[in-house]
Amino acid sequence: MEETKRLERRKQATLARRHIFTETVQPETFITSLSGEARENFFASEKKRIETNLKKRKIKKGILTGIGVFFAALISALALVPIFFTFLNSFMSSEEIVSNYQVVFQSMSGHATQGATYMSRMPVLKLIPEQVTIKQYTTLLFMNPEYLFKYWNSIILTLPIVGGQMVVACLASYSFARYRRRRREVLFFSYIILMLMPFQVTLVPNYMIADTLGILDTIWAIILPGIFSTFAIFLLTKYMRQIPTGYIEAATLDGASEWQIFTNIALPLCKNAIFALTILLFIDYWNMVEQPLVLLTDTAKQPLSVFLSQINEPELGIAFAASSVYMIPPLLIFLWGEDYLVEGISRSGIK
Amino acid sequence: MDNRTEQKDQLIEKGAVTGMRPGSEVAQPKTQKTERTAVKTVSKEEAELKLINRPKAKDVTPLASMKLAPKDIPVFENTPERREKLALRRKRYQNRKFREWVTFTGYLTPSLVGVLVFFFMPLFMLLVTSFQKSPTNSDFVGLRNYERVLTNDAFINASKNTLTFALISVPLAVILALFIAMLLNSGLPGKSLFRSFLLNPMMVPVASVVLIWQVFFSYNGVINGIAEKLFDSPEKIDWLKSEYAQIVIMLLFLWKNLGYNMVLFLAALNSIPHEILESAEMDGAGPIKRFFAIKLHYLSPTIFFVGIMSLINSFKIFREVYLLTGDYPFANLYMLQHFMNNSFTHLDYSKLSAGAIIMCIVMIIIVGGLFFAESKFDKDVEG
Repeated sequence: MEETKRLERRKQATLARRHIFTETVQPETFITSLSGEARENFFASEKKRIETNLKKRKIKKGILTGIGVFFAALISALALVPIFFTFLNSFMSSEEIVSNYQVVFQSMSGHATQGATYMSRMPVLKLIPEQVTIKQYTTLLFMNPEYLFKYWNSIILTLPIVGGQMVVACLASYSFARYRRRRREVLFFSYIILMLMPFQVTLVPNYMIADTLGILDTIWAIILPGIFSTFAIFLLTKYMRQIPTGYIEAATLDGASEWQIFTNIALPLCKNAIFALTILLFIDYWNMVEQPLVLLTDTAKQPLSVFLSQINEPELGIAFAASSVYMIPPLLIFLWGEDYLVEGISRSGIK
Repeated sequence: MDNRTEQKDQLIEKGAVTGMRPGSEVAQPKTQKTERTAVKTVSKEEAELKLINRPKAKDVTPLASMKLAPKDIPVFENTPERREKLALRRKRYQNRKFREWVTFTGYLTPSLVGVLVFFFMPLFMLLVTSFQKSPTNSDFVGLRNYERVLTNDAFINASKNTLTFALISVPLAVILALFIAMLLNSGLPGKSLFRSFLLNPMMVPVASVVLIWQVFFSYNGVINGIAEKLFDSPEKIDWLKSEYAQIVIMLLFLWKNLGYNMVLFLAALNSIPHEILESAEMDGAGPIKRFFAIKLHYLSPTIFFVGIMSLINSFKIFREVYLLTGDYPFANLYMLQHFMNNSFTHLDYSKLSAGAIIMCIVMIIIVGGLFFAESKFDKDVEG
């Protein structure tokens, strides 16, 4: 069989060299059976059919994409409405807000409002204020020193925690990523468990240790446990373990010390994760409610998050403005670092 | 004839030079007569026999042909010098190991000290107090505190509510986020725009969210107003004080967390190798088949991760509930954190610590189970 094939090929090659081509006979098919005109007609009809099919498919795809875009737009609108709602309503005048929303809060507290203003029986959901003023903001920021104090409280609680936790976490996760022995892995697992512990569990121990160390009712009772929280360590370690070992080996061969490897290789490679974590931690601690509620009985030291829930009702006029101002730092940070955030979050979930 | 050429000739004679050289032995290879033998027909039995008797791998390895004699194998005599050398080597190895240990423990120290002081030590203290009558009166009372907690109606109700919430909202958060991620990944225009829109709610602080939720869901709120206009029904539902309260809170939870989960899923979907999906499509697998047979396997680690993150976040929902409804909400919304908080105000520490220890154990069991399941499942995927 092989032999005959080879001979055949050889024959063909020789013939080709002498410019003699043997015509291979095509087998009879449907198309060859058609005569000239019929064949033309057939080709034309086929072409048309394919074109209409393609058009149909295109339309179908377009409709599907349209539906998809509609759904996505709907979901994002649902996600965005509350934010716009707060911002736009914060520019209303105090009277307008009260007349629109007083009814909501009246039913909650149960007592009538002082001051006979016009009140709608039903809440009016308005996105565009009748009269745009920034009076709420000025009242809030210049005539209400308490508010600014709380704002400052929030800042001095959040920034040290975020900064401290990031420094501690970078060091610890480098260690966890590079030195992997049995006991370390056990320790790391216990860190994960600590991370997963809900506040409900860790709050009691926090209270006890604060009591023993005598830092209860000071901001340190919140800052110190915050700094040593293990959430950032978990995610950063996951990240640092993805660094190719070749990089580190190359650096070691070039005579780099551990500290040099840490600062020149590990940290720059984890830049995205570090930024993303910083943003996440900032949001988390900016929002903190439970810890100050339990650990800071002194209301003057409590941050804005706790305070805001209390000004909602009596001073409804400035509630929207207060919420907006409170929302601004996280949103600014988000706008600034969105790419880092997305990139950092993205790679944490993949193995 | 100088020295060098002489040397060269010698080298050539010895055969040390293997390059092609005119006149050298290598340049004139022995012409082997290649006779094209006719195709041999080998019977099946013969071929099988050949297969069975083929040389074993260990006979073919390069070392096998070297035929080492016993004298070639180095023998290390147990001399004092040898022992010294070995000891030195071992010492150096241990030194290096120790140095490594010191460096990396050094990096870990700040965190370790903090965690020991602020998490492990208090947990230990918690364990001790949970067996005492009260913090001041350190009589050992055995498991009485646990008994008191477990028979407490408020605790049972609270844990039931918390568990129900987690059991319903966590799978919902995972599935919905996966759905949205697949929607965005199906070639929609403006994908990154939608992504950042959906990620936005994560950034909105709790206190601001709560204000909006109050406006929407309270007795005289917007939702009720709309319902009244649409259906003309005089019946109004006080959303936060009815059996629907948990649903309202779940909406809040989903609103906040879907974006984060979706970003995780988007990344995972992008990391699925394209060739596999395409070849499956060629083989005639529909979108549903492709999802269950291929995508789900690649997504499994991410699903696990998202599940854990959602679980953590579902325990954090207390913030919103507290700000919306205060210390004593509707029975449906009474979470474990409310129980803890209210026990704080009664200063009942031993009950509190027993409750915390119970929760701790439950958490460890849940998390351990999840990790165990993941490792099992992972092996399944790889093998």
